[in-house]
Amino acid sequence: MTCFETLTAYGLRAIGIGERLLPKRDFTLCEHVTLIGSGMLWNLYFGVLALFFGFFLANAIAMAKANRRWWLRKPAEWFIFIFRGSPLFIQFFLFYEIFVLLPKMGWDINLGFTQITVETRWLTRAWLGALIVLILNTTAYSAEIFHGALKSIPRGDIEAADAYGLTGWKRYRRIVWPTMLRLAWPAYTNEAIFMFHATTLVFFSGFPAWRQKGDALYYASYFADKTFNPFIAYPILAGYFILLTLAVISIYGLINKRLNRHLPQEARRKLRLRPNVIR
Amino acid sequence: MFSYCTDPDTLEGLTWLSCYLTTGKHMAFYRSFGTVMVLLLITAPVALAFGFGGAMAARARFAPLRWLGKGYSAIVRGVPDIAFFLFFVIALDQGIEYLRLKIKCPDWSEPVRQGNDFVVCAAAKMPLSSSPQWVHEVYGFALAVLTFAIVFGAFAANVLHGAMRAVPRAQIETAEAYGMSHRQAFWRIMVPQMWVYALPGLGNLWMILIKATPLLFLLGIEDIVYWARELGGSKTSVFTYPHPDWRLYYFLALLVFYLLLTRISEVILARLMTRLSHGQATSGAGQSNGNTAKGLAI
Repeated sequence: MTCFETLTAYGLRAIGIGERLLPKRDFTLCEHVTLIGSGMLWNLYFGVLALFFGFFLANAIAMAKANRRWWLRKPAEWFIFIFRGSPLFIQFFLFYEIFVLLPKMGWDINLGFTQITVETRWLTRAWLGALIVLILNTTAYSAEIFHGALKSIPRGDIEAADAYGLTGWKRYRRIVWPTMLRLAWPAYTNEAIFMFHATTLVFFSGFPAWRQKGDALYYASYFADKTFNPFIAYPILAGYFILLTLAVISIYGLINKRLNRHLPQEARRKLRLRPNVIR
Repeated sequence: MFSYCTDPDTLEGLTWLSCYLTTGKHMAFYRSFGTVMVLLLITAPVALAFGFGGAMAARARFAPLRWLGKGYSAIVRGVPDIAFFLFFVIALDQGIEYLRLKIKCPDWSEPVRQGNDFVVCAAAKMPLSSSPQWVHEVYGFALAVLTFAIVFGAFAANVLHGAMRAVPRAQIETAEAYGMSHRQAFWRIMVPQMWVYALPGLGNLWMILIKATPLLFLLGIEDIVYWARELGGSKTSVFTYPHPDWRLYYFLALLVFYLLLTRISEVILARLMTRLSHGQATSGAGQSNGNTAKGLAI
């Protein structure tokens, strides 16, 4: 098979398009690169969606944690404590067992005009079940970051907002939230990078790779197991992830620049790429 | 374990549970918690040593050494740690066997890689196929420790390099003014002062290390995750203690274990930080770098 044929056969193998059988022997470099690259689609899928949903949830949880009312604060604190205090690996296993034990049939929800069937069997599949775990996990980590930023908003900013007569939602929307985001952004960039790294755990932790549709690490370890040679598959995987990390850094760097656009040039907070807040 | 456990079929309720929880396999499960703690306690100092070496290399004046140090600490940021774990376990094993092949069987002429196999002479196998079971287990565990130390050493190198740069420049300049050499200023002035800057980062790293320990399971060690899956799976009446799928409860127990471990570490680290920041010209535990302190607010 030429490299182009390999690309068309396995380029989208991870999402079930193309050749059904994985290569069995005499692996070429092209097959390594193609299959591991197609696995990266899953890492992107998990990472992007988890970060997207997690961002909004984290804002809510961070606000709840900063709230004075205990019935809002306590649940948020416990949520963050449980998800930050335990390994993601264990969380995957635990949630998988919960999803498996859920009743196999679906619930019928009658909405009056239409009927929705909630099927629980999708939860045991990686694309939904693992995504939920990843969302909850990144929510907890980001909420802690946002909460820290919320606490370190300069008092003067809030006082100035008060002086202008801004209150409630308007004050939050115009002053508190943008400042919080600006302060939190370098740490949040770290969280995003490590979120993408965490997506590699999915297929090693209970969730089965259905029809061998796995992520990049799944295919890399497939090759390494078959050839008993870790020196080809894993460096290719590393290459892909370094590219992904660089992409994340530059995208988040652009957002950081926009968040800080009103500040004088020297006062702008550079993205610190030192893992100070790694998970 | 208890005398009344001889015939489990007749037991019920709490007595059944007390017998069930003290079977030989459960004892192995409890011992595996010890394995995790041993791994943590060995890995932490080794990783710190690796990190110190890496940070020193990253500061070296000899350029290739500096690139090596910087590359070492930079690469773990770009690549998932689990990929490193899976890679190093095989790579270290093969590296060691290859070295032993060169020493023990110098006249070995066949290629080491034959198709999909890694072939060395029998004397170079590590551990020897004739050695007892415990040697195999200890070797596997040692490989896991080394793998953890390499990966976390890179993180630690990053933290320590930052801490070294955080020591006020004036301190080093004063040392130079007193006529200290580069080496003396490093060991007598910078190293004693850098720890307080490094502590928040190192504390964070300790938490990450705790949370990385379940990955031992992927390295083929019979750790707590292995036993939780093994014991929790549903047991038919063929077994002495039949029960349905209880993995959920076993994993809940693991969750509680890890929550306790991280919580206790958090409290101790926060105390340590307050103590170390006494009389130091840093903003203290509470403000700029307050990862550990932030956790206290929970």
